[in-house]
Amino acid sequence: MRLAINNGRVIDPSQNLDGIANIYVIRGRIAAIGNTPPKGFSADQEIDATGKWVLPGLVDLQARLGDPGSNYAGNIATETKAAVSGGITSLCCPPDTSPVNDTQAVTELIQRRARQAATAFVMPIGALTQGLQGELLSGMYSLQQAGCVALSQANQPIQNALTMKNALEYAVSHDVVVMLRCEDQRIKNKGVAHSGPVSSRLGLPAIPPSAETTALARDLILVEEAGIRAHFSQLSCARSVEMIRDAKKRGLPVTCDVAIHQLHLTEMDVLGFNSLFHVSPPLRSQQDREALLQGLKEGIIDAVVSDHTPLEKDDKALPFGESRPGISGLETLLPLLLKLVFENGLDLSTAVRAVTQNPAAILQRNIGSLESGNSADLCIVDPEAIWTLEKERMLSEGKNSPFVGWEFVGKVEQTYFQGRPVYRDNPV
Amino acid sequence: MSQLNIDVNALIEQMGNTLRTMPIMDRSPRMIGIRTAGVWVAQQLHDQLQLPDALGVIDINFYRDDFSKVGINPTVMPSDIPWEIEDQHIILVDDVLYTGRTIRAALNEIFDYGRPASVTLVTLLDRKGCRELPFQADVIGMSIECNKTLKVSGPDPLTVSLTDPEEDSV
Amino acid sequence: MSARLTAPNLQLNELGKIKHFLTIEGLKQHHLLEILDTAESFINPKTNEIKKVPILRGKTIMNLFFEPSTRTRTTFEIAEKRLSADVASLDIATSATKKGESLLDTLWNLQAMQADMFVIRHAESGAAHFFAEHVAPHVHVMNAGDGQHAHPTQAMLDMFTIRKHKGDIFDLKVAIVGDVLHSRVVRSQIQALSILEAREIRVIGPKTLMPTHPEAMGVHYYDDIEEGLRDVDVIIMVRLQNERMKSALIPSEKEFFKLFGLTPKRLALAKPDAIVMHPGPINRGVEIDSEVADGPQSVILQQVTYGIAVRMAIMSIIMSNAAQLAQHQSEQAALELENEEEEA
Repeated sequence: MRLAINNGRVIDPSQNLDGIANIYVIRGRIAAIGNTPPKGFSADQEIDATGKWVLPGLVDLQARLGDPGSNYAGNIATETKAAVSGGITSLCCPPDTSPVNDTQAVTELIQRRARQAATAFVMPIGALTQGLQGELLSGMYSLQQAGCVALSQANQPIQNALTMKNALEYAVSHDVVVMLRCEDQRIKNKGVAHSGPVSSRLGLPAIPPSAETTALARDLILVEEAGIRAHFSQLSCARSVEMIRDAKKRGLPVTCDVAIHQLHLTEMDVLGFNSLFHVSPPLRSQQDREALLQGLKEGIIDAVVSDHTPLEKDDKALPFGESRPGISGLETLLPLLLKLVFENGLDLSTAVRAVTQNPAAILQRNIGSLESGNSADLCIVDPEAIWTLEKERMLSEGKNSPFVGWEFVGKVEQTYFQGRPVYRDNPV
Repeated sequence: MSQLNIDVNALIEQMGNTLRTMPIMDRSPRMIGIRTAGVWVAQQLHDQLQLPDALGVIDINFYRDDFSKVGINPTVMPSDIPWEIEDQHIILVDDVLYTGRTIRAALNEIFDYGRPASVTLVTLLDRKGCRELPFQADVIGMSIECNKTLKVSGPDPLTVSLTDPEEDSV
Repeated sequence: MSARLTAPNLQLNELGKIKHFLTIEGLKQHHLLEILDTAESFINPKTNEIKKVPILRGKTIMNLFFEPSTRTRTTFEIAEKRLSADVASLDIATSATKKGESLLDTLWNLQAMQADMFVIRHAESGAAHFFAEHVAPHVHVMNAGDGQHAHPTQAMLDMFTIRKHKGDIFDLKVAIVGDVLHSRVVRSQIQALSILEAREIRVIGPKTLMPTHPEAMGVHYYDDIEEGLRDVDVIIMVRLQNERMKSALIPSEKEFFKLFGLTPKRLALAKPDAIVMHPGPINRGVEIDSEVADGPQSVILQQVTYGIAVRMAIMSIIMSNAAQLAQHQSEQAALELENEEEEA
């Protein structure tokens, strides 16, 4: 199967590429980019991408796929379909599955189901501690052998500093990246909303920024001491961005990401008790939002993730504090990122880099790039299409999106995974 | 709208005189006025008859049968009956007797306070022929045709104005 | 920025009248005054008695208490019965409703039993809003306390009490002393006081019992009670819960009393005719000295009677508004029909 995608604007930050070009694909791999086909190339299929953008398939460092178990809505088949409809072709699924991904068997099960679905590249993240309980170390070596690309605690950070220290020191010899969510559960104290004017007015139990920053401070010191490569997940506070900036300045091998919704929403959205805005970490102040965006622009924040959490209707059909936190975000990662490009002065190549080259580098995988020889994972975007997110048209089994009803500019038209079309937009 | 050529004070005086001749006056009656204009009429009667007990006042707004259509009247005020109703002879005073629904509400409210020995109904004006409930007054100041719309203003001076429906629609 | 939808005020109907009573926030002065005035009409001015009236005859009110509170439930039941409504009270263990499905199922089941109004008390902030969003259009929701968010009927009762003693709320200086952070009553009181244009609202207590952003609530914070009580007209004491010591927010009752307890000496700093209020039950020697609690400036016990009248007022106003809205709608429909006929 030979495929030519002609005349699109190819944007691939990993090759510093942004210009009109043709992409030639042979047997599922990128053969060449340019104006002249490789020698002897004759296309079985040609796609005219004039006026369109062609991006590497996006890499999402945090997306829950509901498999295995019934913790979340959907499964690998449904959620990878939702992913490719948003241009995402590679995704990491955190270990908070049921059972927890702390054994080879679970890791292999996830990969097997992903291969069966054959829609996107699914990379399991193993649990750092057994059952994510934060007490006993997991079999990190076995998990890595089975295919885990990283280790994390999902949304259940290790509270015991000694356990954390041991986990990092044990992990360092396996050259695996650890992904850390920083949150001190005692300071969080069952809070559900940012401690600010809104939680003060609504009487919602509050989570101060110190719940994140004190934990981040601890982890930065332990990471430095252990000398391990660490990635900090889903930062929410302005102060956290400063701390990462300082750590990077000191030469620590650290990276970090932010969930896309943190760049659009603030605590103000919680007024009205709409449980769709219940997320963890909580939506914070306008200043925090601006600092996170600034951090992304300056490259302090390396990656942007969907933090996709598909939930059942019942999970949100509860009073705010009792509802489960999370947003079904695969289908809005790229649209919301482009919104920042169009409306908030985010540079297009920085935006694309944050969901392609950078997360790929954090995982040390040859994805998120259209370099010759790589798997032909890419998406074609109509940069002028104007559309509105409708609940009924969401492909994820989790319809819990606060962005329903939002208008977007720029829409994924087609997605290719390993050179095969896995998504095509059918406007009604 | 035209001022009726009625001497209201004279009417009330005449009503008081009629009441004096009735047997209830020998049974140390107590008087209740229905808010708002009924209280004005009752107050004059009460003064004239020099009843020893204070005048009771009831506001029938919470007892109306059309709550589910019109809701609460914003001017509603507490009823005030400063003595026991039980076994007493009551003179109930209103300004206009029309459909009879106000009297129904007033009686219901009175019975919520207790069981009176008797109730004598007194009205300044009786709009004849419009009754929807079987009530008749014992003492009537003046009877008028039912197609005239009345407005009682007061308390000082107490006057009655009258509107012809035809005139009204012009 | 985002294409954010502004939610319509859930509490008001299309004529701008109260439909659900969830929080004081977002209501206008005339709404609050209507409640206070209507409450007056239920109380005999001479005897302070509250008589039964038949206005809600045939209406069914259900009290759903997800968080037990005999005292509040009883005041609501008495208020409902004095309005002649049919009353059903249910204590619902939260454990039985852990999953969202069954919580809404419970609600819809009860709704199917011809409920006209739900009175809801729940441990989660925003629970009353949640129910109001999910009930049928003809069903009304009253908040009898949700988490740390709001307890609007209690706050209205306090406004009623203040008005009884001070004539008006306008221009008063009010000090609220104690655990503001965890108190839904205080949140509602502050909103009511500012809508009714109190001149100044002060909150007094240790930092650990204050919300992070008191200014967002429109109040001034004092950590010194003696400074805070100076020249105030009204002092509202908040009950201190035992849990606050356990969760290390304050050291001990004794130290709290030393710092923030209302003693006769401190009361003397307020205006000479200042009144002292407390939602009860009182912790004597913790928030308040017995001498003050039982003294001439204390209005603590009267608050209970007024609570019934105020709740009756709110319930009858809600049902009255519904009646007027229905009437308005049928008039509109008739008018449209007439217009159509004229055009034809």
